[in-house]
Amino acid sequence: MILVTVGEQLPFDRLIRTMDLWAGQQQQKVFAQIGRSTFRPSHIQYKDFLEQGEFRQRLQEAQLVVAHAGMGTIISALETGTPIIVMPRKAALGEHRNDHQIATASRFLALSYIAVAFDENELRQKLADMEDICKSQETLRNIDPSPLLMKSIRDFLPGN
Amino acid sequence: MKKVMLVASSGGHWVQLNRLYPAFEGMEKIYVTTEERYRSTVDSARFLVVPDASRWNKLKTLWLALVMLKHVLTVRPDIVVSTGAAPGFFALLFGKALGAKTIWLDSIANVEQLSMSGQMAGRYADLWFTQWEHLATPEGPLYRGAIL
Repeated sequence: MILVTVGEQLPFDRLIRTMDLWAGQQQQKVFAQIGRSTFRPSHIQYKDFLEQGEFRQRLQEAQLVVAHAGMGTIISALETGTPIIVMPRKAALGEHRNDHQIATASRFLALSYIAVAFDENELRQKLADMEDICKSQETLRNIDPSPLLMKSIRDFLPGN
Repeated sequence: MKKVMLVASSGGHWVQLNRLYPAFEGMEKIYVTTEERYRSTVDSARFLVVPDASRWNKLKTLWLALVMLKHVLTVRPDIVVSTGAAPGFFALLFGKALGAKTIWLDSIANVEQLSMSGQMAGRYADLWFTQWEHLATPEGPLYRGAIL
């Protein structure tokens, strides 16, 4: 099963529509959390919102997650070790207030933590390369919080 | 027991805040967020909700500030920590005024510049962090690594 998620705050019809078309053509099992998106998919199962517990479980069980480039989603996927392809929202298309998702995605791409599709065509290409992407992300990623950051906070706390 | 107030709006801010949790072991934790549905994820810790004013809508922002002020006055935290956004700014502002130690960790999503709330929170943060090295400056914010 492939999990699609666009977060809770803003619609992202472009991603849902692309995944719906792809699922229809490829006969792939896809489940989507569509949030505030208005497009209603016809080839994939979906819910508007998922409880935290259900989201976590679906993420753990998914072979791949395809998502907006929201930090909550990216960190959660890194925590569960689920391979992830993100497509950043574009401000020019009214999908977010600014283009910070493009900047974030580029940075995380540079760390080779995630796969990034900057538009729908790239997303279809990445999906065609799904097996390779999943394999490359299987190698262990160190996602512990920075020990220096945690120490700086602990040292600062009263009583220390 | 020292009281730490952990503040974040929903989504990525909340997920990042939770990764700081181990730093506050042995303290009483009070969570403040914009999403009631997160209540079930914090076990026995106290859990408070504030209005979501992420777009800086003036009336909603004022309402958020008032509710946050009430929470800070009721809780009287020793430490206030936030990853953003607007709720965290107000928590640091009021927390600092009431003598709490304050920590701001700007979201890792802010790669090109600090968030607006992060820039504003700098004045009230005893510890003021960015998660990107290139955004750190001698006057702050500090860079000490990221939550992953």
